[in-house]
Amino acid sequence: MPVVTEVSPDGQKLTISVKGRFDFAKHQEFRQSYEDKKLSAVVVDLKDATYLDSSALGMLLLLRDHAGGDDSDVRVVNSNTDVRKILAISNFDKLFDIS
Amino acid sequence: MQPLEPLTILIAEDSAADRLLLASILRRQGHQVLTAANGAEAVDAFREQQPHLVLMDAMMPVMDGFEAARQIKALAGETLVPIIFLTSLSESEALARCLEVGGDDFLAKPYNQVILAAKIKAMDRLRRLQDTVLQQRDQIARHHDYLLNEQRVAKAVFDKVAHAGCLNAAPNIRYLQSPYALFNGDLLLAAFTPAGDMHVLLGDFTGHGLPAAVGAMPLAEVFYGMTAKGYGLAETLREMNAKLKRILPVDMFCCATMLCLSFQRRSVEVWNGGMPDGYLHRIASGERTPLPARHLPLGVLSPESFDERTEVFPMARGDRVFLLSDGVIDTCGANEQLFGVQRLQQVFAANRQPDALFEEIEQALRDFGGEARDDVSMVEISLLEPEQITPPALVYSDSGQSCPLDWSVSFEFRAATLKRFNPLPYLLQLLLEVHGLRAQSGALYSVLAELYSNALEHGVLGLDSSLKRNASGFARYYQERNARLGELKEGYVRVHLQVAPTDDGGCLTIQVEDSGEGFDVERVMERPLDAIRLSGRGISLIRQLGRNARWTDNGRSARVEFIWEALA
Repeated sequence: MPVVTEVSPDGQKLTISVKGRFDFAKHQEFRQSYEDKKLSAVVVDLKDATYLDSSALGMLLLLRDHAGGDDSDVRVVNSNTDVRKILAISNFDKLFDIS
Repeated sequence: MQPLEPLTILIAEDSAADRLLLASILRRQGHQVLTAANGAEAVDAFREQQPHLVLMDAMMPVMDGFEAARQIKALAGETLVPIIFLTSLSESEALARCLEVGGDDFLAKPYNQVILAAKIKAMDRLRRLQDTVLQQRDQIARHHDYLLNEQRVAKAVFDKVAHAGCLNAAPNIRYLQSPYALFNGDLLLAAFTPAGDMHVLLGDFTGHGLPAAVGAMPLAEVFYGMTAKGYGLAETLREMNAKLKRILPVDMFCCATMLCLSFQRRSVEVWNGGMPDGYLHRIASGERTPLPARHLPLGVLSPESFDERTEVFPMARGDRVFLLSDGVIDTCGANEQLFGVQRLQQVFAANRQPDALFEEIEQALRDFGGEARDDVSMVEISLLEPEQITPPALVYSDSGQSCPLDWSVSFEFRAATLKRFNPLPYLLQLLLEVHGLRAQSGALYSVLAELYSNALEHGVLGLDSSLKRNASGFARYYQERNARLGELKEGYVRVHLQVAPTDDGGCLTIQVEDSGEGFDVERVMERPLDAIRLSGRGISLIRQLGRNARWTDNGRSARVEFIWEALA
C-alpha cells in the first residue's frame, strides 16, 4: 500500500505515510486516507517518499483545508533532501510545520 | 453470454459431398452459407461478399487452402475473419502450417457437429472482441484529434490575450517556450507601464491540460489591465492572488515570478512565489545573483495574509535577468535522475556568448538524455538605455472634446493610506482626462512617480538616498523602506494638481509636499544634471522631463510644470 494511515490510540492524531513517488497517481488514495475522519492533528510522514510534484503540493493544500485551513495542525515529517527542496521552493514551510 | 447471432460462413471444400454435408449442418445451426470449390473461388467469394468466418479445406485444386488463407487474411486487413482449416492431415507439421499461414484453428475430418458448433462460437467471440478493440481504438484516435484541434484553437485565442503585451515587440526580451507549454500551465506575460517600465511575469499553474490553461486567462487580464493603468508590482500581485484564490479550487495554484524592470532607474524589482531561482546576470563581473522564491505561490493565501514584499536590485546597461520554469531543471534523464540546478549552473559557467545561452541550455538538456518536455519556458530580459525602448502609444477611446481645462484638486495621503495604497494610477487617470497631456503621459507618469516616491521615501520615511550608492546598500535601502513603511504611524504626502488654460494651450502644475525633514536643496541642485549614479536619479529625471522644477520649504515641497499647445 503506497499510502498508509494510522490513528493514534487516543484518536487525536492521524498519521499518513506516503511511499514512492508522491504525485497525481496517489490522488484518490491520499484523499481517502483522511476525508472520512475528523482531524485534530495530522502528520504526513514522507520517510519513504522519493519524489513530490506540484499536484502533491495541491493534495497537501486540500488536506490542510480539510483539517481546518489556517487553524489546522498539519506536520510534514521525515522528508528527504529532494522533497525538502521542492517544499522550500514553494515556501510551503509558511503553511506547514516541516521537519 | 450473448446468444450466437447468425453468421455468414464461407465453406471452401473441393469435395461436393463434404461441401453439402457441412452446408446443411451450418444451415441447421442458423447460419448463412456461401460455398467455393477451390482456393481461387474462395478468395473471389470473400472479396465479393465478406463472410464473417471461413471453413477452409487445406488440399484443393487450382489454389490450395494455405494460399487462399494468406490472401483472405491480407484482404481482411485489421478485421478479424477467423479461418478454421478442415483437414484430414494428421502430422503435426502440416497442422502447424495451417496456423502459420494465418489460420486460427483446425478441425479434423470426419466432422463432429458439436465440436464444430463450439469452435464457431469461440471464433465468433474472438471476432467480436477484435471488432470492439478496433472501434475503441478509432474512437480514441478521433477524440485525440479532436482534443489537439481544440488545443490549437484555444491556443490561438490565448495567444491573442497573452501576447497582447510587448513579448514579441520589445527588443530586450528573448524567450523560448515549448509550443504547447500553455497546456502544461506555463504562462509568460510582458507589458510596459505608463512610465515606460516593463513588467514581466513567468507563471506555472499546478496540473496539466485544460484546468491549468483556464486559470491563465484571468491572470493575464489582471496583469495587462493593472500594468497599463500604472499599478506597481505589489498592487498587481495582491489583486492576482485574490482573484486566483477566489476562482481556483484549493489544490490549484500558480507559481510565479514577477519583475518590474526600470530603464530610467536602472533597477529590477522582483517577487518570486514558488518558481525556481531566477538569475540576475551582471555582464561586467559575470556574476549571477540568484532570485530565489521568497513567497508561497499565487492563489494559496487569503488576501489578508498575502505577502507582496519585493526585492530591488540595481542593474547596469546590458545586465540580464533570466527566468525559467521547473520543466528545465526537472527534465528527467536516465535512472529517473533530474537535470537539476547544478547542471544548469555548469551551463552558466561554460557560457561565453550570452546570446547563445538558450541554445546551450537546450543542448545540455538533450545531452542529458532527458525526454523533451512540453513545459520548458525560459525568458531573458536585458536592461537597455531608455532611448532604445519605445513603449507603444496608448490608445484612447474618447474624442477628447469634453476634456476639463480649468480646475485644481488637492489630496492628502496619511500614514495608514501610505502603507498600502498607491495613488499614482488614480492621479494619472485623472490627468489623462486632459487631452493635451496625453502625448506626454510617459514623462508625466515618471515625474509623478519620482515626486511621490521622493516625498514618501526621503520625506515621510526619512531614508537617505546615498545608501543606494552601491549594490548592497541598494538592497538594504529597499529592505529599510519596507520595514519603516510597515511601522509608519504618522506623516503625510500632499499632492496638488492645477490645470489652467493658456493663450495657446494649457499648463499643469504639480506640487508635492511631505511631512519629512526636507533636504539641502542647493547642494543637490549643484550636481550635474545627467550624472549616472544609482542614488539621486529621481531629481535629475524630474528636472529633465518637467518644466521649471523647484524645491522650496527646505525641500519639503516640490513643484513642476507641464505645458501643452492647443490641438489643431
